[in-house]
Amino acid sequence: MDVATFLIQCLNALQYGLLLFLVASGLTLIFGIMGVINLAHGSFYMIGAYMAYALTPIVTSTFGGGFFATLLFGLVLAVLLGYFLEWAFFSFLYEREHLQQVLMTYGLILVFEECRSLLLGDTVHGVAPPDMLAGTIALGQMMTYPVYRLFISVVCLLLALGMYMVLTRTRIGMMIRAGSTNREMVQSLGIDIKFLYRIVFAAGVAIAVFAGMIAAPVSSVYPGMGNSVLIICFVVVVIGGIGSVRGALLAALLIGVVDTFGKVLLPQASGVLVYVLMALILLWKPDGLFKAG
Amino acid sequence: MNLLRTSLIAACVIAAPIAMAQNTGKLKVGLMLPYTGTYASLGTAIENGFRLYVTEQGGKIGGREIEYVKVDDESDPSKATDNVNKLVKRDHVDVLVGSVHSGVAMAMAKVAKDTNTLLIVPNAGADAVTGSMCAPNIFRSSFTNWQPAFAMGEVAAKKGAKRAVTITHKYAAGDESVHGFREGFEKGGGQVIKDLSVPFPSVEFQALLTEIAALKPDVVYTFFAGGAAVKFVKDYAAAGLKKSIPLYGAGFLTDGTLDAQGVDAADLLTTLHYADSLNTPRDNAFRLAYAKTYKLQPDVYAVQGYDAAQILSIGTNAVKGDLNKKAEFAAAVEKTKIDSPRGPFMLSRSHNPVQDIYLRQVVGKENKMLNVASKALADPARGCKM
Repeated sequence: MDVATFLIQCLNALQYGLLLFLVASGLTLIFGIMGVINLAHGSFYMIGAYMAYALTPIVTSTFGGGFFATLLFGLVLAVLLGYFLEWAFFSFLYEREHLQQVLMTYGLILVFEECRSLLLGDTVHGVAPPDMLAGTIALGQMMTYPVYRLFISVVCLLLALGMYMVLTRTRIGMMIRAGSTNREMVQSLGIDIKFLYRIVFAAGVAIAVFAGMIAAPVSSVYPGMGNSVLIICFVVVVIGGIGSVRGALLAALLIGVVDTFGKVLLPQASGVLVYVLMALILLWKPDGLFKAG
Repeated sequence: MNLLRTSLIAACVIAAPIAMAQNTGKLKVGLMLPYTGTYASLGTAIENGFRLYVTEQGGKIGGREIEYVKVDDESDPSKATDNVNKLVKRDHVDVLVGSVHSGVAMAMAKVAKDTNTLLIVPNAGADAVTGSMCAPNIFRSSFTNWQPAFAMGEVAAKKGAKRAVTITHKYAAGDESVHGFREGFEKGGGQVIKDLSVPFPSVEFQALLTEIAALKPDVVYTFFAGGAAVKFVKDYAAAGLKKSIPLYGAGFLTDGTLDAQGVDAADLLTTLHYADSLNTPRDNAFRLAYAKTYKLQPDVYAVQGYDAAQILSIGTNAVKGDLNKKAEFAAAVEKTKIDSPRGPFMLSRSHNPVQDIYLRQVVGKENKMLNVASKALADPARGCKM
């Protein structure tokens, strides 16, 4: 591997890591901070991607504005969806066992998949990136790099920074963290924890949907796409340490590096390397890299 | 005790006519196809094709009406044995039709072999189904992974390419396809310098695209289908490789995915046993009938489903509806030319189509036929002792 190739691979690793963080960030909030096992996270991601595909023409023709208007519109819908789901289902689960959370969120996966199939069919779709980000940058003599991928990386960094600041530096963030440690105590201090959690859950769903919408142009849109990202999302959150945004970002980047160089240097083992990494880190630090609280 | 004996006898009396009526009653077809998940649209196309042929025969095959029993196999090999056993032992189907996923089809072949049930595979290309697993009661209306890949290897070598890189998902179908390509390519004097793979179902290709750019081969051969095919074609173009290194693929790369791939798929060359512009009277009639019935354009999967029904029809007609005569069923199918929309073909000794493989090019939203890449190509059927 010459120097140029090595540098490009480093860029690939970084970019993939940031993409992973983007996909996993909603789970960090719902699973990591609220402590609800949410298998339907992948479905929210899928819903986002399908929104980017199905809503773009509708939004463009009624409001104008193309991709970014769709993004905004999708976010609003996602918050409403998250708010509704929390009210109708998840609010009953905080005090229940994890197994019941697993069962219900698994049920949601099936419901969402079937709805998707009925509404939009089972074919594969592509989503074009917005025109101003559709270009590429030359990289070496042979390769080019899509501008949109760099855009995703920037969005990820901003999102990570935003989540970190809100959770660790604001009063709301403090309440959320306190709520995850001891609900009753927070409630007795006069904070409406139910409402707060409804908002946090809605935000988690919105971030997952947002990730799906942003990733749609590079990942393409197809049935079952949510399930393929679900496991890696849990790996990111677990390696990073449950409840830590910083940890999730670091874990995602670590996985990006291991996966990218694993594919090139150890192709036979590339499928398991990420899980070996997880096992090693959990042996070394059973609570993940950064344990919150 | 008496009561039990009486009811048993009664049950036998009632059951006897049903058992005797099996050759003249309804013909039970067990459709075991993916109706959910990534391959759902393929399962639907196969069933549509199958039903179209049955409808054209007036809803009857070999004088028997058709009754469908459907199972969603979810493309999940771990559930396949249970699913197929349900069809065979609980529903007592006369013939099994399925599936798309090779792992599921292998489980079906195993059960079909053990219980001596007729099986027609309408897609899954696992070489072994008509290789080491081959049996007199197992037929395939589609292809082996080896077939289109071998033809593409020959095409690439003929175009003067010397060094090739292959890239696929790390699973059986991908491996078999890559082996087929290597065989054809190296026979023509080329050399595969590296086999790249990503774990299934990961679709993160960037690292491997970078490696392709570093290796600078004359040609890249790939086997991807569905969502992965869309993403790979788009990533390949976005990485700027499409203009310097030609990308060749097994036809699944551009089948049912062209809308999603858009301009990034333009001019790609692939090989398959079907194309969008064969323009034969047989194919035109089929396409028109399919479009009229389902308000959809048919694809290769619909053709395979259609031909699965043809194979069943040929065999069942020959034994006059008595599917217990397996040997005569097989003999009739083996010596009959199947009038497929893809072009007529015969089944090989191992019951896989001996068929023309077309070289196709993506033009607009179509896989346009350029020429026949390999005439009457038969799978080597390695490991088949029949």
